[in-house]
Amino acid sequence: MLNPQLNKHGELQHLLSTEGLPKAIINQILDTASSFVSVSDREVKKVPLMRGKSVFNLFFENSTRTRTTFEIASKRLSADVINLNIQASSTTKGESLLDTIDNLAAMHADMFVVRHSQSGAPYLIAKHLHDTKQNHVHVVNAGDGRHAHPTQGLLDMYTIRHYKKDFSNLTVAIVGDILHSRVARSDIHALTTLGVPEIRAIGPHTLLPGGLEQLGVRTFTNMDEGLKGVDVIIMLRLQNERMNGALLPSSGEYFKAYGLTPERLALAKPDAIVMHPGPMNRGVEIDSAVADGPQAVILSQVTFGIAVRMAVMSILAGTQG
Amino acid sequence: MKLHIKNGRLIDPANKIDAQQDLFIVDGKVAGVGAAPAGFSADRIIDASGQVVAPGLVDLSARLREPGFEYKATLKSEMQAAVQGGVTSLVCPPDTDPILDEPGLVEMLKHRASKLNQAHVHPLGALTMSLKGEALTEMAELTEAGCIGFSQAEVPVTDTTVLQRALQYAKTFGYTVWLRPQDAYIGRGGVAHSGPLASRLGLSGVPVMAETIALHTIFELMRATGARVHLCRLSSAAGIELVRAAKAEGLPLTCDVGVHHVHLTDADINFFDSNARVDPPFRSQRDRDAIRAGLLDGAIDAMCSDHTPVDDDEKLLPFGEASPGATGLELLLSLAIKWADDYAAQHAEAAPLQRALARVTSDAARVAGLDAGKLSVGCVADVVIFDPAARWTLEPSALASQGKHSPFMGYELAGQVQATIVAGHVAYERNAR
Repeated sequence: MLNPQLNKHGELQHLLSTEGLPKAIINQILDTASSFVSVSDREVKKVPLMRGKSVFNLFFENSTRTRTTFEIASKRLSADVINLNIQASSTTKGESLLDTIDNLAAMHADMFVVRHSQSGAPYLIAKHLHDTKQNHVHVVNAGDGRHAHPTQGLLDMYTIRHYKKDFSNLTVAIVGDILHSRVARSDIHALTTLGVPEIRAIGPHTLLPGGLEQLGVRTFTNMDEGLKGVDVIIMLRLQNERMNGALLPSSGEYFKAYGLTPERLALAKPDAIVMHPGPMNRGVEIDSAVADGPQAVILSQVTFGIAVRMAVMSILAGTQG
Repeated sequence: MKLHIKNGRLIDPANKIDAQQDLFIVDGKVAGVGAAPAGFSADRIIDASGQVVAPGLVDLSARLREPGFEYKATLKSEMQAAVQGGVTSLVCPPDTDPILDEPGLVEMLKHRASKLNQAHVHPLGALTMSLKGEALTEMAELTEAGCIGFSQAEVPVTDTTVLQRALQYAKTFGYTVWLRPQDAYIGRGGVAHSGPLASRLGLSGVPVMAETIALHTIFELMRATGARVHLCRLSSAAGIELVRAAKAEGLPLTCDVGVHHVHLTDADINFFDSNARVDPPFRSQRDRDAIRAGLLDGAIDAMCSDHTPVDDDEKLLPFGEASPGATGLELLLSLAIKWADDYAAQHAEAAPLQRALARVTSDAARVAGLDAGKLSVGCVADVVIFDPAARWTLEPSALASQGKHSPFMGYELAGQVQATIVAGHVAYERNAR
């Protein structure tokens, strides 16, 4: 099967994963995003690129932050945005995922922004649109299960490029719950495509999935060793439900072993940046002194996130199905 | 009714025959092989020129979905699928609704199946009531009603004491217990082989350990109880190694694999293709190769279709929510032939078609304790006539089964059934008017 996120001309048809996304398209997205960063600084924060287009935010899993950033990005592109919190509506009445899609497509949707708790759900939607010859409708994956969160991965790349300029001599460490993290997977694929020579994953064995080595990732269970000499630290959020169970005994013990403190940050390069996809658990994975410190670029990530999502949506809207 | 099947290439693995020989059938039984019995005059002659004439296939696992899941498939549709696939004997797991844990249900199923006058249906009774792994079923009564063994289907027994007692009790009467080796906890809720692919796709995994830990437990209980066990749907190289060692040790043990697992790996999940969502999951290429080698040297006794019809609504879902299972009855013969063809292509020697057929006829019958899967004089005349080279394309419309989901959808497969004969009557004919 061909890469389902590219059309037959090799253009972006859907954004489903950073895996298999050609370097040229990643760069196109990042370059487009940089032209949008300034839009948000204007008094009139709008461009007319998606005027008359309808974007449906389909959130089968709760999220306020990601949904809001997509909503803002759509509005700054002058699109009409419709937010659907599907958990609370049709699927509880027994309507299937694809029935929902057909219904919304019949309302002349141009783009679906999809978050779903199941890995691969946006692929099912993309395949269905293809099978029903609705190639003018585009899908943006806003997070599917543990699989991918490509716009987060791309905004992370934007942030790294902004601060570090060049990917070819970087060491990047991703710290925490890699096992359940779609952000980690999206970052790993994008970093690999952009030529980062060393990607590290740091966490306890219970949170490191098998097969990371095959993705070209070096794994560390010792935080201090893993942080030595790195240029970029990407901290992952530790979900509450993982903290007291068979994966981890307590958040306190986790913080002792894997919390990012100023002392640990000193092991990285002096100009290392600290990133976090949010929302942060202060005192669980990150010390407030680091989160609010000079090396943290966490709020820049949020700002760049709007521009990257605008870039993705405007590129997709320009792709003829 | 007297039937003369002439000019075919007769392959009867049980009797080590692979030669151009005619077959003569009288009153539902094989009456002559090679030479007609005295005074034979045919009521009907079937010309099998260019075709293989073989014992009808014995499938060690086919879900007919009745009673209870008629929206997925019915006896009528699946029995038609069986003969269309050359399958004349079916072993059916007990995971219907209600579960086959009472003699009346088994009698009803046998009765309804026999009225259709197609393949022979051999149910497996539930090992425990409602498959809950708590109370034993009336195994003797169920056997009298027609069960040929006892199974937990896809539900592992969590309480090892119950499993031990079930094996002790089965041993008392000499029954075989059919178990799919899977730990109740490790890999629970998993949908793909634990490995780099599952990690990449973010799918929860079923580690090989789920199989090997269960095997160690089963073997210890077999040593303690002396019960005979048939292991269903082995999936891993490590599991097959353990089976090989247990067989060498002399444990009364047989095992099968699902025919899809002979060919596919976790890579066939591709971009979350729910047609490749099966239990146990497709594993790595190394595991797949070990399955192939095990079939060749006999560590694995038989291949089965593991026929599991699933309806559209249960497959048109995200991978992790899709129901496991694939249609198989009409693919068993072709996929067995594919194994033989692949072997021949790699080893530059004549296709071991006889061996492939043995694994779906005589070996499968031996495992199930059935007097079937062979064409000796006096045996019930269950026969398949097929063209091993004729190719057909798998598409939903080609299937009689109500289950239209297969990871092989769109593939071209070799081996086309021309006619299937069950107990001497022609149950299926491809070119029938």
